[in-house]
Amino acid sequence: MSAEGPSPAFRPAAAAALKNPQLRANFRRAMDGLMAKRAAVFADPVEWRDLRALGSAIRARTLARLPELLERLEQSCLRHGIRVRWAETTEEANAIVLEILKAHGATHVVKGKSMVSEEMHLNDFLEEHGIESLESDLGEYIIQLDGETPSHIIMPAIHKNRQQIARLFGQKIREARYTEDVDELTAIARRVLRKKFFEAEAGISGVNFAVAETGTLCLVENEGNGRMSTHVPPVHIALMGIEKVVEKLEDVPPLYSLLTRSATGQTITTYFNMITGPRGQGEKDGPTEVHLVILDNGRSRIFADTELSATLKCIRCGACMNHCPVYTRIGGHAYEAVYPGPIGKILTPQTEGVGRRHDLLEASSLCGACVEVCPVEIPIVELLVRLRREAVQGDRSSAVLQAGQGRHVLEDVTWSLWEATHRYPSLYRLMAFAATRLRRLLPSGLPVLSAWTSVRATPRPASRTLHELVRKAGVPDA
Amino acid sequence: MLETAREKILARLRGAGARLAAPDSDFGVMARKTWPAVGRYPRLRRMMEAVKAEFVEATEASWPQAVYEVVRSQGFSTLLYGPGTPAGQLLSDSWPAAEGPRLVPYNRPIEETKRQLFDEIDAGFTTTRGGIAETGGLIVWPSPEEPRLLSLVPPVHLALLYTDTISDTFWQAMRSEGWSAGLPPNALLISGPSKTADIEQTLAYGVHGPKRLIVVAVRRGANT
Amino acid sequence: MMQRHHRASYDSEMSPPEPQRPAKPATVYYYGTCLVDLFFPEAGLSGIRLLQREGIRVIFRQGQTCCGQPAFNSGYHDQARAVARAQIDLFPGSEPIVVPSGSCAAMMKRHYPALFEGDPRAEEAEAFAARVFELTQFLSNVLDIQLADRGEKVRVTWHPSCHALREMEIGDEPKRLLAQLANVELVPLSRERECCGFGGTFAVRHPEISAAMVEDKAGDVLSTGAPIVLSGDGGCLLNIGGRLAAMGRPVGARHVAEFLWERTRER
Repeated sequence: MSAEGPSPAFRPAAAAALKNPQLRANFRRAMDGLMAKRAAVFADPVEWRDLRALGSAIRARTLARLPELLERLEQSCLRHGIRVRWAETTEEANAIVLEILKAHGATHVVKGKSMVSEEMHLNDFLEEHGIESLESDLGEYIIQLDGETPSHIIMPAIHKNRQQIARLFGQKIREARYTEDVDELTAIARRVLRKKFFEAEAGISGVNFAVAETGTLCLVENEGNGRMSTHVPPVHIALMGIEKVVEKLEDVPPLYSLLTRSATGQTITTYFNMITGPRGQGEKDGPTEVHLVILDNGRSRIFADTELSATLKCIRCGACMNHCPVYTRIGGHAYEAVYPGPIGKILTPQTEGVGRRHDLLEASSLCGACVEVCPVEIPIVELLVRLRREAVQGDRSSAVLQAGQGRHVLEDVTWSLWEATHRYPSLYRLMAFAATRLRRLLPSGLPVLSAWTSVRATPRPASRTLHELVRKAGVPDA
Repeated sequence: MLETAREKILARLRGAGARLAAPDSDFGVMARKTWPAVGRYPRLRRMMEAVKAEFVEATEASWPQAVYEVVRSQGFSTLLYGPGTPAGQLLSDSWPAAEGPRLVPYNRPIEETKRQLFDEIDAGFTTTRGGIAETGGLIVWPSPEEPRLLSLVPPVHLALLYTDTISDTFWQAMRSEGWSAGLPPNALLISGPSKTADIEQTLAYGVHGPKRLIVVAVRRGANT
Repeated sequence: MMQRHHRASYDSEMSPPEPQRPAKPATVYYYGTCLVDLFFPEAGLSGIRLLQREGIRVIFRQGQTCCGQPAFNSGYHDQARAVARAQIDLFPGSEPIVVPSGSCAAMMKRHYPALFEGDPRAEEAEAFAARVFELTQFLSNVLDIQLADRGEKVRVTWHPSCHALREMEIGDEPKRLLAQLANVELVPLSRERECCGFGGTFAVRHPEISAAMVEDKAGDVLSTGAPIVLSGDGGCLLNIGGRLAAMGRPVGARHVAEFLWERTRER
């Protein structure tokens, strides 16, 4: 599924973000804090190494058995009364959610945080159909109030400071008195949402881990809005991507530990909610219906490539973006994608096309800070380079979406020239001679060079090459 | 017959050609986290107090009184509980009949009690199945006798924890207790009062879940 | 072989030097790298001198050009492979190949095997890759060189290139070498491990982001009060040095090989 609409304007968006001192300060402070918190709970390098290897192996095992595990998950869910629906596209998923809500005459829905629902643009879709879908996670609530999308997968309102939030609440929440005090702002949100939890006719959530062995949907949260959304209303709809399944219950604790520590530096969240069915025999509360919607949305295509399928190991912890020097400086919105940061850079081009989102592939210095902290060992840098190759040298036989559509004739020529001058020592010598002898003539205004020289001195080659110095010094050639 | 989304997705996944073999999983890092039995409760308490859970200690004989004392001294006018459990029985048996805080049974479906639950209940009482020493945390399995919302909707959650039911880790708890053989429709870990850091990464407590978690910790076999 | 694709882990924060520690060789090849060749030739020669001083015979293949990293990172793998083949052809035998650049060493050591996967010369590429060492790694871990400082007191700061740090797992080898210099005070950067923003073509494709990164890195250098920032990577040096020069500050970026040689050679 390639996205419709005009080509995303990543570079201008990033440039604008860079010029926004408030945004840069907010993100720098936030990322520094998150990096420090994470480092504190992974202080033991041996434990980090072993836990991460285990997490990586568990996720790899899921991928090795994916279709079987999805079938087993479905069977386990059905056995305990969870209804299961499958959707290839976000359109299908939206239609399924609408169908369920309509069957119950539900027009007021509360939502827990779900990145899959962002892929679906679910809130907008439901609004169009006259259904209020209110975000209950505080960060999501804040951005929904401001008509925005999340700028981080764990802390959606990370780009806002408290003054911005105070102003927003003051403007948009009728009963609220203006305050910049964090506790008071939180109390306002609690009051507003509590009423909504009470009234909601359905609750929608994501799924952190879906256990095939037992048919259990696991939800991770600190606020309690997830439990409110999934226990109070009479209907619960859970949304998951196909890769969120795990094989066994015992696979969950290592992944849970990696997730909480990588995301926010917590060893455990306030709540870990395990749902294995709707309201049981004799239970006084809980939803009478629980539905699980399993979404593909391009993941099965990624799965088909044994190297790129590592993209699907992701447990959505956000550590990669917390450590990314690019993300820290431009924030999440500049990516113009549901998933920002390093994971977004490998996922989005695969689901939207490496031609259309070539900009994202290029927006990395390949520094590897993300790889260093990924709790399930996704080789993000390797995958970026692989996707760059697909973009410029891929062809129709490639499984990657829009393979070859990122090529540009000027670039092709440049690299052919590069190949010639570096493959043949005589041509290289000629080029190096010119560069060193004519070094003062390099025009800094050249298009390629002006990008460099806008903030740096013009690079000047030395007067002699190392080849020449070495020969003069009598270093042997063989 | 039209192929459903399910069939198409599964067919694509199966038809993907060569797949990487499933690697071995070494759970040693999970298994080697243990503490001496006497160390588990102090560790759990320390971890949970760090996230603002509160603790009251009691004995097998004194805990119902301790619960009453907390409710009375904190000025809660109502305590919701599940009457169908042995602990619930003990609590109601020992609850002073006179004026003061009322013990309210959660014994009807929520459809009939929702308004009361949301507006009139100051605190909810539940038992626990156990605890987790490594990270702190209570294991709570809601049931027909102790419904889910007991530990969620009232602004205060009082939880009865026997200190000898604390496991070293979550992983060990689920394995030693055989959870995979059968989980209830809802099972929970609760490690403190509800919190968020969504505003400037500053911690604020009491968001949507209970503002306070008060753990009544009982040492079995202890006198006094 | 395929399983490799599912994993990546950088352990530079915890792992000791590589277990395979060859005995001190009699001869090594030196791979200068294209950036050192054109922009830091004196540093390249310094590296050779440091090796020769230890009694090692250094061979410099005049036909060498580039490891292929720029094309590889840009996705032009056919072109990268063609150039890489030409480099491999120049280095028969089994002598170590020492490289005064973390990123170029990483290209050859970590990426040549993948680049040649399925290629008739795959085995050769693997054998070649196994022989590659980054210079400071080689000096510190294989040769365990002893350095005597002959220079005046100076403060320096150290910028580890990302590839050196994460792909070659170079931990504190360079700092251990610098620590041997009695009159050198090493003041750390506050964000030492953060990328300087070079990233090869990244600096040209996303110049605004790259500029923001190098501005921060240069600012960090200035706050240390050191007049010199040292690095083992030509790209980082061009980038950070270029920024410092444009700011008009009397702070320079120099290659660690050149610095070590200048401080310790007999006058």
